[in-house]
Amino acid sequence: MATLWRFTLFLCMLLMACGGLSLASKEAKTRSSQTETGTHNTTEEGGHGAGPITTLPIVTWKWDHISVQYLVALWVLVCWLCKLLIEANHNVTNYIPESALLICSGFILGGMIWGADKVQTFSLNPTVFFYFLLPQIILDSGYHMPNKLFFTNLGAILIHAVIGTCWNAASLGLSLWGCHMGGAMGDLDIGLLQYLLFGSLMAAVDPVAVLAVFDQVHVNEVLFIIVFGESLLNDGVTVVLFNVFDAFVSLGGGRINAAEIIKGIVSFFVVAFGGSLVGIAFGILISLLTRCTKNIQIIEPGFIFVMGYLSYLTAEMLSLSAILSTTFCGVLCQKYVRANMDESSVQTVKYAMKVFANGSETIIFVFLGISAIDKVIWVWNTGFILLTVFFVFVYRFIGVFFLQWILNRYRLVPVELMDMVIMSYGGLRGAVAYGLAVLLDEKKIKEKNLMICTTLIVVYFTVILQGITMKPLVMWLKVKRAAVAEVSLLEKITNKMFNHTLVAIEDISGQIGDNYFRSKWRHFEEKWMTPFLMKPSARKKQDDVFDVFHQLNLKDAMEYVTEGERRGSLEFVRNDSAILDFKKKLESEYTEAMPDIPPYMIHDDGAMFTMGRDHIPSVSLEMHEQTMKAMREPEAVDVHHLLDQHLYKSRKQYRHGFSRSDFKINRDEKEVQEIFQRTMRNRLESFKSAKMGVSPPKTLVKYSKKEQQEKVKTKRGNKHTLPPFTELIMSLVKSSEDEIRSFPKASFLVFFPFDFSVVLKILSGIENPAFMPDLYPTDLLQEIPPWLAEGEPDSSMVAPSLRAQANLPNSPMEMHRLGLLPASTRSTDTKQMNNDQLPPPPTPPPPPPPSGHM
Amino acid sequence: MGSSSSISSAHLLRLYDRFESLDRDNRGCLSPDDFEALGGLAMNPIGGRIMEAFFSSGQDTVDFSSFVRILAHFRPTDRNRNKEGAQQELPSSRTRKLKFAFQLYDMDRDGKISREELLQVLRAMLGLQVTEEQLQSIAERAIQEADLDKDDAISFDEFKKSLEKTDIDTKMSVSFLK
Repeated sequence: MATLWRFTLFLCMLLMACGGLSLASKEAKTRSSQTETGTHNTTEEGGHGAGPITTLPIVTWKWDHISVQYLVALWVLVCWLCKLLIEANHNVTNYIPESALLICSGFILGGMIWGADKVQTFSLNPTVFFYFLLPQIILDSGYHMPNKLFFTNLGAILIHAVIGTCWNAASLGLSLWGCHMGGAMGDLDIGLLQYLLFGSLMAAVDPVAVLAVFDQVHVNEVLFIIVFGESLLNDGVTVVLFNVFDAFVSLGGGRINAAEIIKGIVSFFVVAFGGSLVGIAFGILISLLTRCTKNIQIIEPGFIFVMGYLSYLTAEMLSLSAILSTTFCGVLCQKYVRANMDESSVQTVKYAMKVFANGSETIIFVFLGISAIDKVIWVWNTGFILLTVFFVFVYRFIGVFFLQWILNRYRLVPVELMDMVIMSYGGLRGAVAYGLAVLLDEKKIKEKNLMICTTLIVVYFTVILQGITMKPLVMWLKVKRAAVAEVSLLEKITNKMFNHTLVAIEDISGQIGDNYFRSKWRHFEEKWMTPFLMKPSARKKQDDVFDVFHQLNLKDAMEYVTEGERRGSLEFVRNDSAILDFKKKLESEYTEAMPDIPPYMIHDDGAMFTMGRDHIPSVSLEMHEQTMKAMREPEAVDVHHLLDQHLYKSRKQYRHGFSRSDFKINRDEKEVQEIFQRTMRNRLESFKSAKMGVSPPKTLVKYSKKEQQEKVKTKRGNKHTLPPFTELIMSLVKSSEDEIRSFPKASFLVFFPFDFSVVLKILSGIENPAFMPDLYPTDLLQEIPPWLAEGEPDSSMVAPSLRAQANLPNSPMEMHRLGLLPASTRSTDTKQMNNDQLPPPPTPPPPPPPSGHM
Repeated sequence: MGSSSSISSAHLLRLYDRFESLDRDNRGCLSPDDFEALGGLAMNPIGGRIMEAFFSSGQDTVDFSSFVRILAHFRPTDRNRNKEGAQQELPSSRTRKLKFAFQLYDMDRDGKISREELLQVLRAMLGLQVTEEQLQSIAERAIQEADLDKDDAISFDEFKKSLEKTDIDTKMSVSFLK
């Protein structure tokens, strides 16, 4: 809590500084937002050589020089810090969506600025919003769009986006006008057209708000895609409606005739389809570009962003729908870009996209909050505001239910009633509406401020109130939640088979259905688009089944490496029973997966991890990634049972943990270390308290080593009967203080880890418990990490692990063993790699006992 | 017939028209040749298997009632009726759909998908770019994932279990048979 407060304080100070500085620079206009536009005129003014220099200044204060850029950077920082603060405590974000909290923090920030400046110096300005904040969010949604789902539901999405939005606009405008006529709002200077204009800007469901709220409520994918797709695609409608009514308002009621209305309808199609076409053209361009960026891999991710942004600007330039353009650009290019570019570039694009989108989303919400703290825009008209909120809410419900009721008659799996409730409830309005409201021309619309203020209230109402209640509502209505993505191979194969089957059934029954079109599209794509847009080398990976297979393998390999690193090394591979099984069962998969992991990747733990984890198969929903990951965990355990079986059996990590106490270890290793230390302490104590005894320590050690070698030779035959060794243990147990004096620690150490597992085994087999407290306190056995305890009763691993230990080149004489190992070259590779990667090489030959190495 | 598949009479009529148009020599039943004449089916990688499903009873012709019975597998599952529980035997039930899919794999009808059978399906469905070894390891892995009793083959129960999470109703349904 204390840190939180300190943090808030810091934020405040930052803001004060901001506010103070902004006051200082009058000519910089201090619109944080007006960055790029304002940059030129301000920077030149404050440039060098402004006044006559009398002496050489060492340091000069050049705030004007950088004020705009500085403020922009500061604001970005402040907004992100807000997010950081909010996300610091998940207790809150579990109940209140982040977007709502961001708006609230915007209120606070706005209040501070107001307090400092007595005027709202910062607010969300449409230029910045539409040209600098929105594009990356749209590009991100397009690029990460689950294509199959999107196109399967395209019909429903379009109906909702087009008809639903028109309905919202018209009904809201007309009802408000009706109420106005009825006298519910008092004296307002708003005509019918202006009401319709207002209706059209309020009509569109906002993609940013929807994403932000639905991201945290994991509803089922169909529901999600309909709401989200609608929010993206209705932009075309909104822009057209807004432009048309804006034009009508300028024209004035008298000059609107049928021709103008028809023009309006035509312009809708032109804007929507034109925008989409521009997007498709840019998508194709991106795909083509990425085909040949092999030699400039570093900047190849940049192309996606630049081209995506250009698609937005181009559409805007042609006065087409920019949002549609960018959306389709992302949707189209995603598949080819992912196939064409290098794996690391794909990851870069993905993360950079998320950074930009999430970042600007944060900024948008914070500024939506800040914009509210401005006396100028607050024009209160109870009737107008409350009725707007009410109508927006009610007409959304009516529209969605009616449209979906019709759509359900044609849907294979009808959307359930509860889903419809959530669809209606998810009709959040956001920054797009606000941006459009600010764009209104005050000369034409007298009540502009009332409209802005109402828009803000609707935005707050939907984002904050509906956003907060969304999750409880989803729970309460028991809406179907998102399912786990399919990752099983058989599932994938069978799904593919289902598709073929359905196509065949449609063929047989002579009907043309979705499946028919889908298969035709696939055909077309395979024949024309793929060869054109995709690198030849990438085409191979195109197959779905193969892809899942590849992903699974990659995941396996990652898990394998992660597991290895978690436990200190990949050494356990050399446990040769594991090698054999591993090779036998996973050989082919492993060879598949490995070439894709360049060895240098393994150095970087983080890179590996993200690569493995975040490689979500195309079937999964990007936005549900977080939960997917969490939900997949138990499944992964199941699927990779096989691997784990072999990984867990090996006990060599004991040796590892013991032999290098200075090894920089992870948590699990610490555990082992702890056990070891405790054991050592116990042993020391027991030695101290014990009587003098006979023990020739050095020969003992040698004996044990020799013994071990012998055992290796006869290893598989007698796993349980190790009589000489048991004797050895007995002598050890009986040994005394004398031993501790003459028994060098190091040699003990060397001896100890070597046979630890054997000792354990024997101990657990010995019936006389009297030995136990002496040698190994019982709590040691309990302290054994679960993965070990699990394999405890299985005695078969004693020999292999010994064998594996023996395979280490402990002495030059033993070196040749390595060569004789029946292990494949691959396993040696792994070992090699492993040796390279770990800071202290895991298998240096331990020095001969007397020399000591601790 | 109508009751066994519970397809509406309008759909039945439409299907009958289709049946007659498929039945080129007007024998009142379809032969494999009639199916092979369908262009789309010939292009379908598992078209042959689906065709075989129509002739599963060992006859070399299929009459209208069994034609409809097979197609009835692809009716969307009626949720309301399923709740009553009495309709489990409808061909459109989840289990029946799964059984149908299972039989598409299980060519020798021994109640198990062997590795070889899976491999055949994969060979048919995956492109030529995937090498035989890769196919084999895919099959191997798919079997390992689903194979619970370690008999190196997938029984129907195992098949059912591994597709537990899949939305069969959606994926094995054709809308016009509603």
